[in-house]
Amino acid sequence: MESYSRRWFLGAGATTLLTTGLTACGSSDSTGSSGTVTAFVYGDDATKVQVKAVTRFNASAAAKKAKGRIKLEKVPGTDYPAKLRTAMGSPNAPDVFFNWGGGSIKAYQEANQLVDLTDTIKSDPVLSSGFLPSVLAAGALKGKNYGIPMRGMQPVILFYNKSVFAAQKLQPPTTWAELLDINKKLKAADITPFALGGADIWPELMWLEYLVDRIGGPEVFDRIKNGDASGWGDPAVLKAAETVKQLIDDGAFGKGFSSVSYVNGGAPAVFAKGKAAMHLMGSWEYSTQLGKFPDFAKTNLGWAAFPKYEGGAGDIRNVVGNPTNYWSVNARTGNKDAAIAFLRDCASEAYAKDLVANGDIPTTSNAEKLLDSSPNPEFAKFQYQLVQQAPAFTLSWDQAVDPDVSTPMLTEINKLFVGKSSPAEFVSALKGLK
Amino acid sequence: MTQSAAAKAGRPHAVWAIPGVLFFVFFAVAPMVLAVYLSFTTWNGLGDPKPVGLANWQKLLHDDRLTQSLTVTVLLTVTSWAFQTVVSLLLGVWAAGRQRNRAVLSAIFFVPFLLSSTAIALLFYALLDPNFGVIHQDTLGSTSGAFLAIVFVGGWQFIPFHTLIYQGGARQIPDVLYQAAAIDGAGRYRQFFSITLPQLRNTATTSSVLMIVGSLTYFETVLILTQGGPGTDTAILPYLMYEAGFKSYDFGYASAIATFLVVAATALSLALVKLTGFGAMRSTREGM
Repeated sequence: MESYSRRWFLGAGATTLLTTGLTACGSSDSTGSSGTVTAFVYGDDATKVQVKAVTRFNASAAAKKAKGRIKLEKVPGTDYPAKLRTAMGSPNAPDVFFNWGGGSIKAYQEANQLVDLTDTIKSDPVLSSGFLPSVLAAGALKGKNYGIPMRGMQPVILFYNKSVFAAQKLQPPTTWAELLDINKKLKAADITPFALGGADIWPELMWLEYLVDRIGGPEVFDRIKNGDASGWGDPAVLKAAETVKQLIDDGAFGKGFSSVSYVNGGAPAVFAKGKAAMHLMGSWEYSTQLGKFPDFAKTNLGWAAFPKYEGGAGDIRNVVGNPTNYWSVNARTGNKDAAIAFLRDCASEAYAKDLVANGDIPTTSNAEKLLDSSPNPEFAKFQYQLVQQAPAFTLSWDQAVDPDVSTPMLTEINKLFVGKSSPAEFVSALKGLK
Repeated sequence: MTQSAAAKAGRPHAVWAIPGVLFFVFFAVAPMVLAVYLSFTTWNGLGDPKPVGLANWQKLLHDDRLTQSLTVTVLLTVTSWAFQTVVSLLLGVWAAGRQRNRAVLSAIFFVPFLLSSTAIALLFYALLDPNFGVIHQDTLGSTSGAFLAIVFVGGWQFIPFHTLIYQGGARQIPDVLYQAAAIDGAGRYRQFFSITLPQLRNTATTSSVLMIVGSLTYFETVLILTQGGPGTDTAILPYLMYEAGFKSYDFGYASAIATFLVVAATALSLALVKLTGFGAMRSTREGM
């Protein structure tokens, strides 16, 4: 035993390792050549629209012509970006996948994993005139299109609890001074002015996105998005951080906001139950409330644009948020024709109608006339016009920049909100992100 | 001894180890070797890893967050060890006795260990919710609150296991020692400190090594309870590694942290074994 054990073990180990290594490097170009096109979608309540689209497409003449079928894979929400990244690096990559445009697909574009859809869109009137140009452009990278809009628009909106506002005789704020005044009155009545799901961090991000836009205009973040980290040194960023700090010190978000989560329903519940009077959130707040507190959503949920900041450079009509989500096509797909044929369905009226029925606002050019059939036409039209009239639509910061910048950025934002760093420290930390 | 002689004697042949060795190589050694390799590359999960020499290791040395993370990890490990050892030692010694209801209570104490740590973390996350939880306080929002919550939840989960170890250890102590001590006039406390504790020395080492190495890789509780927050105050090393790998997609740097963690944990457990004399396995029954 003694005589051969050590060498034997090492040999066995090396063999296994080589085998593993070879398997890992071996195949990298075998994505669904059978005609089946796999599509990864972010698995939330809204996937029912994509499920219908897939059923419709698989039965259509276009599918027969392209000899392809779509297979939809719903990936649970929070894990989506990591799961997609792992899949895209493996032989089992999806042919078509949901994304947020911008920074969320930059790494895939740099690895030559995306089909450039610019010419496809240009030569196809269904695609080129089917969507709002600003939305199509927001998903582009360096002027080239890699995505087709496939969900509703998701601007960030200031929601308010109508019954709380009525009881306190308040109107939604249009200026920052009004907002501060409302805060004071609400606190006197022992109501937290704003619900905030600080445990998720991205709801905190929304405050900075809007404040930087209102104070310094959309150009400030544009510069940062394009890779100029010194853009964080713009006075507007510091001013926004100081404004946030002041809100926190004043108790505008209540005491426990940093361990309240949006995703698990904490913040929406605080808001719906009247413990907090307002909630700055993406337009999906409406469907969230409709699911959790339907009575509140139908009768007491109010909405308004983010107020103007006195002396600031940003237009009150500017919007931040997610213009929409996109389908992108994997360059390694075995059936590009079927994938693109499927993407064309997103411009169809049937698809837009499904979105509207789900409470979403399609980004298609034909959407406005469909909005009357929305479950809440008033809210639908407010959103559509908000986005249509916006001089600038800033993509959510965490989606606009690379993940290796957005992760530390979110950490720094959280540190600012929980008081672990001062506004000045916050700015200098962000300037250090490359 | 020759191969055939070993086979004839019915003793374990090296071939018998193949399934175990393959399993270990495939799921432990190979990933570790790959992690070491990746730590010298830059890789975002797409395409092929590009060698970058020592860049990740240099970054590791100069990363403020790593220093902070290391401090928190050490603090968490020490606090968890102290908390879990005291409680499970007392519970274990108690459970080794012959009281009424002891078996039933011991079985109940053991339940938390059977639950998945994710389920436990989610449960406590709900209980600690500042608005809808049981204590209306922002426990997880303060540095000390979040830290203690992690220590407590970890203890809640793992104390049953260590209680079991101590119970087994305490059962092994021969009754004659206590009988002799009783004749000499030693009371209950004197017996505990002069007989039970010294006799449990090896048990304590086993349990401590498991606790300490376990705390170093304590991950899901932090991910679910605090996400490393508030700010970065509870971002222990495994969490930092997760963030670098699966949020920033910087697998090179994440692998450097992982390799560092493997080396640190191995060194620490070797040092513990050496320092406590566990390696020499001196019997606690010498002279009996």
